[in-house]
Order: sequence, then structure tokens, then C-alpha cells
Amino acid sequence: MYDLKALYEANSVQNAIELLSAHPEAKIIAGGSDVLVQMREGRLAGKELVSIFKLDELRGVSMDGDGTLRILPLTSFSHITRDPLIQAHINVLGEAVDMVGGPQIRNIGTIGGNTCNGVTSADSAATLHAYDAIMEITGPAGVRRVPIREFYISAGKVVLSHEELLTAILISKESYEGYKGHYIKYAMRNAMDIATLTCSVNVKLSADKKTIEDARIAYGVAGPVPMRTPSAEAAAKGKPVSAETIEAFGEAAKLDVNPRTSWRATKDFRLHLVGELAKRALKEAIKLNGGEA
Amino acid sequence: MAQMQLVKCTVNGEYRETMVDVRASLTDMLRNDYSLTSVKKGCEVGECGACTVLVDGEAFNSCIYLAVWADGKNIRTLESLMGADGAISDIQQAFIDETAVQCGFCIPGFIVTTAEILETGKEYTRDELRKLLSGHLCRCTGYENILNAVEKVMKQRLGKA
Repeated sequence: MYDLKALYEANSVQNAIELLSAHPEAKIIAGGSDVLVQMREGRLAGKELVSIFKLDELRGVSMDGDGTLRILPLTSFSHITRDPLIQAHINVLGEAVDMVGGPQIRNIGTIGGNTCNGVTSADSAATLHAYDAIMEITGPAGVRRVPIREFYISAGKVVLSHEELLTAILISKESYEGYKGHYIKYAMRNAMDIATLTCSVNVKLSADKKTIEDARIAYGVAGPVPMRTPSAEAAAKGKPVSAETIEAFGEAAKLDVNPRTSWRATKDFRLHLVGELAKRALKEAIKLNGGEA
Repeated sequence: MAQMQLVKCTVNGEYRETMVDVRASLTDMLRNDYSLTSVKKGCEVGECGACTVLVDGEAFNSCIYLAVWADGKNIRTLESLMGADGAISDIQQAFIDETAVQCGFCIPGFIVTTAEILETGKEYTRDELRKLLSGHLCRCTGYENILNAVEKVMKQRLGKA
């Protein structure tokens, strides 16, 4: 038995918003792989929950008329990895969420929960940042869209107000067309582990594959919230595909990050990883785009 | 006062319904209401895999799945693998043949995940099988014989043994 005070099962998005408004202390539960564990640990013990688990209208991946990828928040990690639209347009996201926990966790954990809990180490976070995802939020006042770079406020805190919920993650066509990316999760174990550092890089090459037209990079655990490193992007954009560019990219990334020392790793080790993972991920991303690195 | 809810679902091929406390996990319901004690209480936080069951064909840690969410679902536990005459399945036989079992506590979970893996009908490499089984902890065997057993039964079913 879980130590929960009451469970309110929402039957629509509108109903979920009403339930949240009526119960100011309630927490949202989606897949439950964070909430139920925290309830067991005592951190959320005795809380009321508004469950959105049964809202099947919030599951799946589709494409809008203008080519925007629409990822619904209750889509499980394993369904994202297997989704044909994800595989065709943003395969790196499917690869990234295939590194969450273990197989059973990937069947229950949702991409919405992964972002809304505001955790910097979340496996989807770096890639969604690197692709300029737009978070579509629904609340009592209607729908608003927030770029993911403004979505995270501080560790464990995002811009959602108590009555709001994430109803879609959007990736525009300009954001994914022509780009291919690579994600690296550095952790102590291959499964059932939380990242020491994560890095997601994607690039677009010129037609002759000799020049990096655009490069985007984002990290998890390089600071209290997931982040892009503009210095690294500037160091690669418009530059030739070469060992020097890759080196400069990794070094520049270190200028923008702010990792801390935790029981998992020291700040110095994380800084070293920031440079190293950037170089390895860029190299791999160039190869995926048909370039020679 | 306890908040109760009616949960109607299919459990191991049989339609069942019962009133469940909303605080119950799926593990609680399967063990306490349906006496399906192959569903083990291990870590109870989704790390060890001992409570793994299939919900609509996908493997879930039943310890971090609310019992009320099972409403309308098709639940299968290790017991569902039993033959009409009480015979064990080919998966269990392979685990015995490969000496994959020591204390046995983690084994029902491993076997349920193996059932999910084999139902895809695909052939996996040893590395892929390792990843597919990585949501289970076993403190006795060192995993090698479990991997051997899963690989063996996969090949048997594909006619490649």
C-alpha cells in the first residue's frame, strides 16, 4: 500500500485542470516511476494525487500539417524509441530515452514526466534542448507555448503553475530537417543508473560534407538545469569538418557550463567530461550526416 | 476511510473483478486478491524486477503501478505460463537445464520478461539479450546461466537449436 491521501483519476485534460484547481496540494502522477518511488521514500508520503495515466489522448507521436513533430507527454520511453516518425526525423531522441533505467521503467516512464520533474540528468532533456523543443502547456487560461530553454527554472522546478499540465512537446521542421545527432550518457553502469553527465549534439553539414553549417549541443548535469553551450556552437558553426574544429568545439563548451561536485562525481571530472563528450558526440554526429571526422 | 474502486481486468486469461483500495499497487492486488504469489515483493521501488508482470503484452514493475490502473487491462503473471496439465513452460525448463536458478526469488520476474522477449519472435544477440534483461537484479547467479537459458529457449523457439 502506498501512503497516499487520495487519488483523483482525471478523465480528460479539462478534468485534470479542474481537479488540480480543486485540490491545491495535489501532485500530478503520469507513469508514476518517480512519484510512486518518492511516495515510498517518504518525500511525497501522505500527498493527494491527480492521475493523468488514463488519458490515452495524451499518448503517441504525430506530425502536424506544417511538418512539426508532436510528441504527446504520456508516450512511454519504449514507444518513443519504436516510433517510426521519431526514427525517421529525430532518431537520437529515441536512442537517448532507450538509456533510461531498465526495460520495465522504459515501458512505464513518460517523456512528459521526464521533463516536468525538472531534473537535469533526465535522458530526454539534453536532446530536447539541442532540438529547440517547444513545450505546449494547457491550463485554466488556455494553451501557451514555452521554448524548452525557458521551461526549466531551477533544479526540480519548471514553469508549470499548479493548475497547468504539459500537453505536447513540439519539434519544428526547421529544427530537425537536415540534422542528425548523437547522444552520450556517461554513467557508472549501463542500466539502472542515473547519468553523471549527458551530452547531445546534432549537426547539419554542407552539400559537400566539408563544412558544418550548423551545430547544436546541450548537456544534462553540467549545471542545475539542462543547458545549451553557445560558445561551442559558435566554435563549430560555419567551420570546416576537421579535427581542429572538433577540438575547439569541446574546449569552448567548458566556458558555458557550471557543474558541481556531488557524490557521483567531482566538478573537475564533470568538466573533463564536458569537453570529452562534446568531441565524441560531434564526431559521431558528423559521421551520421555522411561526413568524415 | 479507505477509498475503494472496482477494478475489472483479465488476469491470466480469466475475467476478474474486485474492489481495490486506491493505495494498493498492482503487486498488492495480484498477491492479496488473486493469490498470485509468483509476483515477488523485492525492492518495491522499481529497481529489482522481481514483481514483473505483463500488462497488455508489455513488461511492467507491478510494484510501481497502481492497482486501479489495471482496470480494463490484460494482466499476465508467471502462473499464466502453466500448461493445461500443470506442466511448466519451455522457458522454465531451459532455466532448469542451464542451472539458472539458485535461491529463485528473482526468477519469476526474469521468466516473465523472457516471455515478453520471446513473443516478439525476433532473434537477439547476446548483448541485446543482456540489455533486455537488465531490469532484473539477481544476487546469486551472476546472470551468466540466466543468459544461457534465455538464449537457448530463444533458439529453440526459432528452430535454430
